[in-house]
Amino acid sequence: MLPLAVRDLTVAYHRKPVVWDIDLEIPEGKLVSIVGPNGAGKSTLIKACLDLIPRTSGEITMYGETYSQSRKRVGYVPQRESVDWDFPVSALDVVAMGTYGKLGWFRRVNKRSKALALDALDRVGLADYAHRQISQLSGGQQQRTFLARALVQDADVYFMDEPFAAVDAATEQAIVELLKELQQRGKTCLVVHHDLATVPQYFDWTVLLNMRVVAAGPTKDVFTEENLRKTYGGKLSLLSEAAEELAKSI
Amino acid sequence: MFEISEIIDVLLLRNYNTRLVVICTMLLGCACGLMGGFLLLRKRSLMGDTLSHATLPGVCLAFFVGVMLGGQGKSLPLLLLGATTTGVLGCATVLFIRNHSRIKDDAAMGIVLSVFFGAGVALLTIVTKMPSGAAAGLESFIYGKTASMVLSDFRLLTAVTVCVLSLSGLLFKEFRLLCFDEVYAAAQGWPVKRLDVLLLALVTLVTVAGLQAVGLILIIAFLITPAAAARFWTDRLDQMLLLSALIGGVSGWMGASLSALIPNLPAGALIVLVAAAFFLLSLLFGTKRGVLVRYLRQLKLKRSVGRQHLLRALYEILEADAGPTDDVLIRSVPFRKVRGRRTWSDRQLRSSLRLAYQEGLIDAVNDRDMITLTRAGLDAAAQVTRNHRLWELYLIEYADVATSRVDRDADAVEHVLGEKLVALLEAKLIKLRITSGLEVPASPHPITPGD
Repeated sequence: MLPLAVRDLTVAYHRKPVVWDIDLEIPEGKLVSIVGPNGAGKSTLIKACLDLIPRTSGEITMYGETYSQSRKRVGYVPQRESVDWDFPVSALDVVAMGTYGKLGWFRRVNKRSKALALDALDRVGLADYAHRQISQLSGGQQQRTFLARALVQDADVYFMDEPFAAVDAATEQAIVELLKELQQRGKTCLVVHHDLATVPQYFDWTVLLNMRVVAAGPTKDVFTEENLRKTYGGKLSLLSEAAEELAKSI
Repeated sequence: MFEISEIIDVLLLRNYNTRLVVICTMLLGCACGLMGGFLLLRKRSLMGDTLSHATLPGVCLAFFVGVMLGGQGKSLPLLLLGATTTGVLGCATVLFIRNHSRIKDDAAMGIVLSVFFGAGVALLTIVTKMPSGAAAGLESFIYGKTASMVLSDFRLLTAVTVCVLSLSGLLFKEFRLLCFDEVYAAAQGWPVKRLDVLLLALVTLVTVAGLQAVGLILIIAFLITPAAAARFWTDRLDQMLLLSALIGGVSGWMGASLSALIPNLPAGALIVLVAAAFFLLSLLFGTKRGVLVRYLRQLKLKRSVGRQHLLRALYEILEADAGPTDDVLIRSVPFRKVRGRRTWSDRQLRSSLRLAYQEGLIDAVNDRDMITLTRAGLDAAAQVTRNHRLWELYLIEYADVATSRVDRDADAVEHVLGEKLVALLEAKLIKLRITSGLEVPASPHPITPGD
């Protein structure tokens, strides 16, 4: 069963389409980069997969099931800017949130959850920072805290929204090693990525996205100059013009 | 003025007339403080304000209905039901405007708040002119009137407080996740919308329950102020919520007591003023993020930086005098020469000197213009200079910092070098053979001599 299969996915905000007719099949055990210009719908694609935004049409399955059925096998790393880092919790508290799903209603965070969280923090090299309030962490450390929170879920497929955005070199290295380790254990990772230069080095599977899928497949096959031109500079004018018209007509 | 015994009687609830009122406001304060914590962290403070203002038309309409049904109209459950209805309606209107137009939250709340409140004021004028005349007293919902509290209010407030405390205890983990990272909570499968509604429902509950005591204009302060004050003392959510409930409770107790002592001063206003006093104290003296703590932290860093600059300047002057092979010896150095080593003002340097003297690093300044290190001072100066140069060498070796810039770059970091980092530096630089004992490595760049 494929960790992710998307058929005919269209998502629209205020009736303005953000992604159109996405068809995607991701094989198991790949490190997948999702690459495309700003506004290409990379985050939207991830959020639609996780049922965080309503989809206009299409069908998404993970291991042959809907997301709500396969939720326990899926880990999510949101963008770092999506939360208030001034919130009164420690790094350990944040990572322990990864265990809330398994804990279920009303049950408090127990010793086992904390042990798991500490272990995950250790894997991202932050064991010494467990009890720091999260605003006292650097940007890279905050990002690694988010990764640890996903790790604690012990999922089979991970969705990561720009984990490399504005992090220091040490964090970038730590994340890359973590991705490799996850891959060795047979996990699948889908990573929204913005640094084209490192795509071939970090990822063995690539999805080029600009409102629709320009190309998807092994990085060495699809990461070509022509595909990139289609994704970034290419003429998608008809689609975007149609979208403009739609937006105007509302 | 009052007798001390009178004050104590009121504060210790010995006075039968005030006992009920004070206990009621304390309970309300606890419940408000707790819910306010969540409201603040959920960034919904203004929503609470909208909610409370939108209750006024409901109160008046409920009174209408009561009169129509043939009663006196002033049945409390009916009035509170009306308040809840329009309060929730107000919040729903805000959400509707936000979701279906491009108007942002704050504008939507501003509109809804004033429209509902305006409608309420208009209705209030109409009902007070109704022939039954029983509407007198409805305006106490605006400013609050604790004195009118009776046993049934106590029962209501106890029930509300127990409900709020137990639910937020049970759902602590869920509410924490909701407030911190709503999107992640949704991805994990928590019913985010329903949790959000529940949280707002609890806020509505304490707001409506508190209407009579504090009034709809001031209740928002009772919700938010204790929570904002508590945030200055702790970085942990559970502690913050408990402290917020405590501050709320104490504010209620003290405010209501004061109002019992001073006739004609409304309790609502006094409660809010007491809470504001707690806020001000916390803002200034809070141990986690209070103004004073932050100032002291900065002062400490500034002093430690000044000390290190002074010691290194002295060491480098002595070092230059000693020549390349000789040991660095203690000699007196003119103030002007030290002053010329850095861009620092006379005042800064003098203050660093004063501190260094207190620490025993330099001898008493007999001649105002000559500075002499003590033995301990020289050791400390060697240590400081050594750390600086180790860091410089590290930057040149590992971080490709240009030799001409390394002095300034090292300056930015060396002040926070701890023993652990220095040990790491020594290990890294071992191949440079500069780490035997406490030997100070030579400066990697020419040192500009002092004036």
